[in-house]
Amino acid sequence: MEEFRCGDCGATIVGAAVALVVIRLAFVTLCSGRPLGAAPQHVKTLIILGSGGHTAEMLSIVNVLHKDRFVPRFYIAAATDSMSLQKARVLEESLIAKGKISNRKVEEVARFAQIYRSREVGQSYLTSIGTTLLATLHALWLMLKIRPQVIVCNGPGTCIPLCLVAFFLKVAGFKWSFIFYIESIARVRKLSLSGLLLYKFHLADQFYVQWPQLQKKYPRAHFVGCLM
Amino acid sequence: MSEGAVDVKTVKKVVFVTVGTTCFDALVKSVDSQRVKDELWRRGYTNLVIQIGRGSYIPSKSSEGDGSFAVDYFTFSPSIADYLRSASLIISHAGSGSIFETLCLGKPLIVVVNEDLMDNHQSELAEELADRKHLFCASPQTLHRTIESMDLGSLLPYQPGDAMPVAKLMNKFLGFPSE
Repeated sequence: MEEFRCGDCGATIVGAAVALVVIRLAFVTLCSGRPLGAAPQHVKTLIILGSGGHTAEMLSIVNVLHKDRFVPRFYIAAATDSMSLQKARVLEESLIAKGKISNRKVEEVARFAQIYRSREVGQSYLTSIGTTLLATLHALWLMLKIRPQVIVCNGPGTCIPLCLVAFFLKVAGFKWSFIFYIESIARVRKLSLSGLLLYKFHLADQFYVQWPQLQKKYPRAHFVGCLM
Repeated sequence: MSEGAVDVKTVKKVVFVTVGTTCFDALVKSVDSQRVKDELWRRGYTNLVIQIGRGSYIPSKSSEGDGSFAVDYFTFSPSIADYLRSASLIISHAGSGSIFETLCLGKPLIVVVNEDLMDNHQSELAEELADRKHLFCASPQTLHRTIESMDLGSLLPYQPGDAMPVAKLMNKFLGFPSE
């Protein structure tokens, strides 16, 4: 009899925990996309870069963002991509040179980091399970270190583990980050895998597309016109 | 640029070909083929400069001066902006970077789609911009026909895009006052 009661007790605890997680998950999903009431002074911003046109589009956004509000800025690119962080650094240096921000040193406003890639172009799906796991752990480490309030990305593969980790940190009640996703200009008729994932699972708080055809297909997206 | 009227070409007219950061041998082979070079020469172009990237196909160089088509190539350059600026026609792979860099310079552009890519989303952008008459779209096999039939006067200038709408929506969402 004693054992039975214990079993019952265990089941109740597990059931309650599952229910709590489900309620929390529903709460987080429902709250995603809700605007922030009172704005903070400035927000710690994570900007995810990527080769193949992603970086150029991201930097065009950074260029018009209010630099004293979206600060400090953390740039992340794939470990195999050395050009993107270099381009971001050049932009940050030019902002200082042009006097667009009052700071004297790039290090005061911007940081740069690399992340393991979950999958290289052409890599087999079997070995990518291991590399994805590694990339996710690295993403967790980076997200715990940075703890951004705002994440801006446009769909390179590296944004998937980072956005997933951000979502789980939200569910865990550890850190609430707003995800702004801008689908790349190259996607005219169909969303990218990253875009589809973030749209379908309500991971992005705001979802922007650059072509009207996509907005018709994905009504929760905002049409913003071409960035380039 | 009327056909046949340019037996003695006094004005240098450069065609710049770019494959981007990877390789696209099919495009380099196509522009290096005699029928494409003949067609370009017939349309009044005098020089061909090819950025071949990591490709293994090496085009045959030929120097200018003897009244024939000049061909030159290189693998990579930190910036292709100068090549784009000095060219009269650009033939490019379908990457968004080179497409918009060319369009924003107001240069005539033929985009050649790489049909060998597994996830070929690239053709979407080229086809959309071709439908909007900002560029011509071709494949390595049809490039010579595109050069033969293209009417550069039919191209519409591209208005460079703007990131402000994104910034405004982000500000609004986060409750930052709009300026």
